[in-house]
Amino acid sequence: MSIIELRNVRKSFGQHEVIHDVSFAVEKGEVVCIIGPSGSGKSTLLRCINGLETYQGGEIVVHGERVDTGSSRIRQLRTRVAMVFQRFNLFPHRTALENVAEGPIFVKKEPREAVLARSRDLLTRVGLGAKIDAYPAQLSGGQQQRVAIARALGMNPDAILFDEPTSALDPELVGEVLAVMRSLADEGMTMVVVTHEMGFAREVADRVLFLDGGVLVEQGPPEEVLSRPQHPRTQDFLRRILPS
Amino acid sequence: MSHFLSQAETFLPILMQGVYLTVLVTLGAFVLATGLGLVWAFMRVSGIAPLAWTARTIIVVVRGIPGMVTLFYIYFVMPDLGLSLTALQAAIIGLGIAYSPYMAEVFRAGIEAIDRGQTEAALSIGMGWSLLMRRVVLPQAIRVALPPYGSTMVMLLKDSSLASTITVAELSLQGKLLASSTFENTTIFTLVALIYLAMSLPLTAFNSWLERRMRQAR
Ligand SMILES: Nc1ncnc2c1ncn2[C@@H]1O[C@H](COP(=O)(O)OP(=O)(O)O)[C@@H](O)[C@H]1O
Ligand SMILES: [Mg+2]
Repeated sequence: MSIIELRNVRKSFGQHEVIHDVSFAVEKGEVVCIIGPSGSGKSTLLRCINGLETYQGGEIVVHGERVDTGSSRIRQLRTRVAMVFQRFNLFPHRTALENVAEGPIFVKKEPREAVLARSRDLLTRVGLGAKIDAYPAQLSGGQQQRVAIARALGMNPDAILFDEPTSALDPELVGEVLAVMRSLADEGMTMVVVTHEMGFAREVADRVLFLDGGVLVEQGPPEEVLSRPQHPRTQDFLRRILPS
Repeated sequence: MSHFLSQAETFLPILMQGVYLTVLVTLGAFVLATGLGLVWAFMRVSGIAPLAWTARTIIVVVRGIPGMVTLFYIYFVMPDLGLSLTALQAAIIGLGIAYSPYMAEVFRAGIEAIDRGQTEAALSIGMGWSLLMRRVVLPQAIRVALPPYGSTMVMLLKDSSLASTITVAELSLQGKLLASSTFENTTIFTLVALIYLAMSLPLTAFNSWLERRMRQAR
């Protein structure tokens, strides 16, 4: 069974349809990168998967269960798919450790001491063992995003969705975040990553999806989609984004 | 000066009875306005259209009516509708209602100052509305709202003198009554003004201190 499955998903804002009939599945342990121009619906798609947006047509299924924002199970479902945001979205009034421990303690009601111990380990794992008690404002963008990744991991999710996790970072900080993501991929974490980092997509992704104007134009292994794109729209996009 | 001091000694105990009522009206109305203001604010940010609309209407209507008229309404009109209140009760309820829109706006501004991304992050880890409010929004909103909340209390302290219009012998009315029976206008109204200052200045100072602390805490 796929961890995430989209079948003929449509999403509109008012009259304006921004996702047109998108279908794809993500298997356990798979890393799927979604690329595409700005405004093509990448964020909206992730937000629908996490139940942060409603969708109007088709079906999104996570671990066999339909994602339905009106359902009483939606919160439970959200705890199983974590999200890492472009702008980190850490809780500024809580330390790095508290940010990571917040969900497990207050949402999942896990025992506090065990959660704190695990959260410390997670922060150490993303290279922030020395910053456990720092507040987000005291951290660089790259460090904040690594805390956000630790926060996602703290939920023990079945999959993590990343929405352009390095786009808000200074160029010299991108590498440290990508390195953490790469190690997660190596450990078998299921990941859906919206990114403009073509190098990351090429080396880490099992599959690349090209989204344009709300349409899933093309998908396949990175060496095919990125090196030998079949569709003219993909070719055009890659020509503009990759320095030749 | 010594004349003033010896007179002050005579008048102060009488004025203190007024102070007692002033404090009672201020605190009572403050608590009520806080409660109502929280309700209006939560209704407005609930995302539920009829609730938001109702709260907005209440705020606009109450804010458009002078506080004194609200007091008259509670004290003189309510008995016709079968609800008799003492002057003190009417003053507390009337001022509490009259001040609730300001409270609501203070709280709403605090809540809306929280970046939307945090709400999303909270939802994405499975928080529901009440956890989101308790753990994420309110702790931060309080920092934003506390200074204006404190200033509202100072305004309310001064406006508690409106209670005199419905016969509550709070500080200003007590002063007026005392003055009209003794003709010591200068001494008495100087005392009354000093007593108001003695209450409002520490509040204002406490407020500025709080504001500085909130700002330091990031
Ligand atoms: N809350 C919203 N209300 C209305 N339109 C929206 C909203 N969010 C996104 N859109 C529109 O949906 C389209 C896709 O946006 P988005 O998913 O953010 O694209 P991407 O992440 O690929 O840049 C855009 O046309 C955008 O203007
Ligand atoms: Mg986006």
